[in-house]
Amino acid sequence: MDFQDNQNLIDNKEEKLLEPAVITPQAVIVPRNPMSGEGVELILEVKNLTVSFDEENVVDNLSFSLKKGENVAIMGPNGAGKTVLLKALLGILPYSGEIKWSEGAKISYVPQKILPERNLPLSVEEFFRMKKAGREQAKEALTSVGITDERFLKKMIGTISSGQLQRVLVAWGLIGNPNVLLFDEPTAGIDIGGEETIFNLLNKIEKERNLSIILVTHDMSVVYGFADSVLCLNKKLICYGPPAEALGSEGLKKLYGEGVTFYKHEH
Amino acid sequence: MNTSYYISLITAIFIGGAAGYVGSLMATKKMSLVGDVLSHIALPGIGLGLLYGINISLGALASLVLGILLIWILSLRTELSMESLVGVVFVLSLAVGFLITPEEELLHSLFGNISAVAMSDAVAAVFISVIVFIAAKIIYSKMMLAYVSEDLAQASGVKINKYNLIYLFLIAAVVAFGIKVGGTLLTSAMIIIPAATARNVSRNMRQYSWLSVIVGVASAIAGFAVFPFLAERFGLSFVAIGPVIILASIAFFAVSLVFKNR
Repeated sequence: MDFQDNQNLIDNKEEKLLEPAVITPQAVIVPRNPMSGEGVELILEVKNLTVSFDEENVVDNLSFSLKKGENVAIMGPNGAGKTVLLKALLGILPYSGEIKWSEGAKISYVPQKILPERNLPLSVEEFFRMKKAGREQAKEALTSVGITDERFLKKMIGTISSGQLQRVLVAWGLIGNPNVLLFDEPTAGIDIGGEETIFNLLNKIEKERNLSIILVTHDMSVVYGFADSVLCLNKKLICYGPPAEALGSEGLKKLYGEGVTFYKHEH
Repeated sequence: MNTSYYISLITAIFIGGAAGYVGSLMATKKMSLVGDVLSHIALPGIGLGLLYGINISLGALASLVLGILLIWILSLRTELSMESLVGVVFVLSLAVGFLITPEEELLHSLFGNISAVAMSDAVAAVFISVIVFIAAKIIYSKMMLAYVSEDLAQASGVKINKYNLIYLFLIAAVVAFGIKVGGTLLTSAMIIIPAATARNVSRNMRQYSWLSVIVGVASAIAGFAVFPFLAERFGLSFVAIGPVIILASIAFFAVSLVFKNR
């Protein structure tokens, strides 16, 4: 039984249509700002990870590791296997190779935008209850993402704005106090409203909760301003390391092809 | 108003409530068409039950379980959508069911025959309704989460395929034991219409699920309440009570359209 006809699903079908790729060397990500003290403790080790659909490798022999508290941005063109990588890390896709989370790693996932129907009979509060979060927990998580209006909990989830929905999804991910957050394109074309950007929000959450964040993003300001490391993926590993080093123009060309230039914003 | 009347009434109330409740999940899953068609898969089992003198609910249940397993396995093995698979199994069941059901019983198989509800049927229907209700309550919020986002559900450890299968079996149980009330054609209406009604006016999941049950139960009661007047005026036989229950639920649906929330 599947939900293929369901318009609310995240559509990753294009990622199944990829060519097989060649084998890559192993990579270890070195954070730009190593955490003091516990910075050497690994929270995730990935070795020779391969995910295939119909005998095509969508993620090909990928190895990297993640230190506690480190933030990694995953970049790559459409269909590069970014979402597939996240799902493999979550354990919801079959894979070969090794994915080793450290003991005590509590992982949470924030999907790409979901599209509930306007008249879906589900309140924000009930959405949180699906993750066993009571009213107080939901309120606390919502406060973390800048929603303080208590009446918000009673709203139908299909009627809130897409920016608010993005915040709700982040807050939902924070339930249960995870220490690793996996974000799938948190910016994906969404204005989250107010003066705040998703970048500010991520920074705030990371400071408040001391999380490791792995996020898929195309937003260079997020990559440069927020990520300790960047992992460029096009089925195989293309480049890795601190953003300024890994994303030289050579790295971007390899990732997105010729003719791509990027103007770095200074923060 | 004899004992048989009250036995039928109780059966209809319990089946109506359970059907409304499981139906509320179907309406969120956009599977109403699947459910609509699913009930017809009962037909060959009813036919065999009538031919060999087995309880038709058990025949219907066996036929539904086989049909559902067939659809489930095919959907895992092929890329075909559930709708098309259900469509194939549906016409197969209809054709086979038509061939083996005795002709004089066909109408009752399609539209129900509530006068045939015996005490044992009523007891079974009440028992099954309660089981179905409890089981559906347990999987309800997980199914709803899978509807909102399959990825979130999986990431939260929900085994979607497993829950889908359980869910289809719950529907099969309701259809099998509701078959004497509404037949294969109308039992599906008892699953779909209360939920559609509730959805029009509900603002959250709690209202929605309970209202689905209430509309299901109320339709059964309303059907029995207005039936004597209709029977007197139009000379209906007791068999026609199933269709009257469905018309009652349609009336609730019409009212809900007026109060439809935005």
